[in-house]
Amino acid sequence: MSDAQPILKVSNIESYYGPIMAIRGVSLSLSEGKIVTVLGANGAGKTTILKTISGVLDPLKGAVEFEGKSVQRMDPDKIVRLGISHVPEGREVFPFLTVRENLAMGGFLRTNRDEVAQDLERIYGYFPRLKERLDQPAGQLSGGEQQMLAISRALMNRPKVLLLDEPSLGLSPLLVKEIFGIIRRVNAEQGVSILLVEQNAKKALETADYGYVLEVGRVVMDDTCARLMQSKDIQEFYLGAKEDSARGERRWKKKKTWR
Amino acid sequence: MLDFIQQLVSGVALGCIYGLIALGFVLIYKTTEVVNFAQGELLMLGGFFAFTFIALLGLNYWIGFALAVVCMAAFGAASERFVLRPVLGSPQFSIVMATVGLGFFLRSVAGMIWGTDDLKIDTPFSTGVLRIGDLVLAHDKLSVIVATAILCIALYLFFTKTQLGTAMRATSENMLAAYYMGIPVKTVVSLTWAISAAVAACAGVLLAPITFIHSNVGLVLALKAFPAAVLGGFGSIPGAVVGGIIIGVIENMAGFYLAQGWKDVAPHIVLLTMLLLKPEGLFGHIGRKKV
Repeated sequence: MSDAQPILKVSNIESYYGPIMAIRGVSLSLSEGKIVTVLGANGAGKTTILKTISGVLDPLKGAVEFEGKSVQRMDPDKIVRLGISHVPEGREVFPFLTVRENLAMGGFLRTNRDEVAQDLERIYGYFPRLKERLDQPAGQLSGGEQQMLAISRALMNRPKVLLLDEPSLGLSPLLVKEIFGIIRRVNAEQGVSILLVEQNAKKALETADYGYVLEVGRVVMDDTCARLMQSKDIQEFYLGAKEDSARGERRWKKKKTWR
Repeated sequence: MLDFIQQLVSGVALGCIYGLIALGFVLIYKTTEVVNFAQGELLMLGGFFAFTFIALLGLNYWIGFALAVVCMAAFGAASERFVLRPVLGSPQFSIVMATVGLGFFLRSVAGMIWGTDDLKIDTPFSTGVLRIGDLVLAHDKLSVIVATAILCIALYLFFTKTQLGTAMRATSENMLAAYYMGIPVKTVVSLTWAISAAVAACAGVLLAPITFIHSNVGLVLALKAFPAAVLGGFGSIPGAVVGGIIIGVIENMAGFYLAQGWKDVAPHIVLLTMLLLKPEGLFGHIGRKKV
């Protein structure tokens, strides 16, 4: 992207799970106030990128810069303190803590009680259903409610950058719509920059401003979402559009242009 | 009937000590999934510290007690930092062996410093008795029960009402998610060890007038406290205390009413029966995660 100073910049990172190289020199950048999405199939390395940014995995090579300062190989709690919150894949709420306590943990680093109370009110505005369930253990919530809680919990830290890993995982289409609506509102109303990792390419491209396409640990394509949606490859391989050949059959062995 | 009540009270008192050790097991297990086999030695060391402060340096009992607890808390945090953290990420078995090794080490060092004789502290509870009608209850036993109750209430309030306590519970439920919240997980783990060691030290000092202090005191007690923790459902804090009390009462009753030998076997029979009938323990829950 051409914007002057990206809030989050990842350059040439390589991360391993043991001997397996999960990402092979990925670079991407996120401008302030934007939503950027990373698309890719299972095992492409999307989650690994987010884990590397939030400090859970240390990259072997490359740099992660947040607001111009390099943050790679910092402890995850220090990175959260700087203002990057991670909503992990599969929600990972604290099952035996109540919803209220889960939210309080999201605000663990906050000290100003008035601001915390304001943020709670705002979150109840986004997700009224959480307010009804405040004193229930989070493990008893439905999958959709847990996802709402996971997002709310991350917002309690007033992050500058929100890393969202598969927010649509296992949710009904209606809930997916609701969650993505909230993601857009959070971005518009609070100016939170968002890095969104998604399998649901259609939703992700509709929501985000800019997109990267990841295959086996490499970025193979990046462009604005409007243009990505027009791309033949994206349409066929990620959006599932069928292109009929001259003989009226689908060509199964069609090659992607980047191969 | 009088005998029964008296045995019950001493059983509960002994059980409270087991419960406090089991509490230490459970606290550490819940946050780090490590069973700390040096828990009994932490108790023993707490007793020796108190002996040093009270009997050797002549400090007031309460000041000596408090100092021993503070020193043991620091010691617990230090053992986590220097013994456990370096082996973190190794196979479970290596970590368990590290705690067993720590236990052996502490036992020998304590023997070298304080000798192998039984040591004794004069406490305000050493001699007095409480008479209710014909019932005679020794102050030392009652002090253990009262102190355990106070400790449990304090820990309960800490874990449910404070932000830090909630963060410790959160860390024990999902360490990775705790990192994502910005909770300083490493500090929390050290703090868990500090609390466990402090609780063990309290038990050690309270126990001093009853069993005396010697370098093997912890080993014997921990062997009984372990069934207590399992009985309560390893991982449940109230379960640890209740399990401890049950084991203590059974042991005392068996010692009084049954033939010789049953005393030490009875707790383990209860444990085996429990594992056969209800393997998750009295208060245990098998956590299931929604996907």
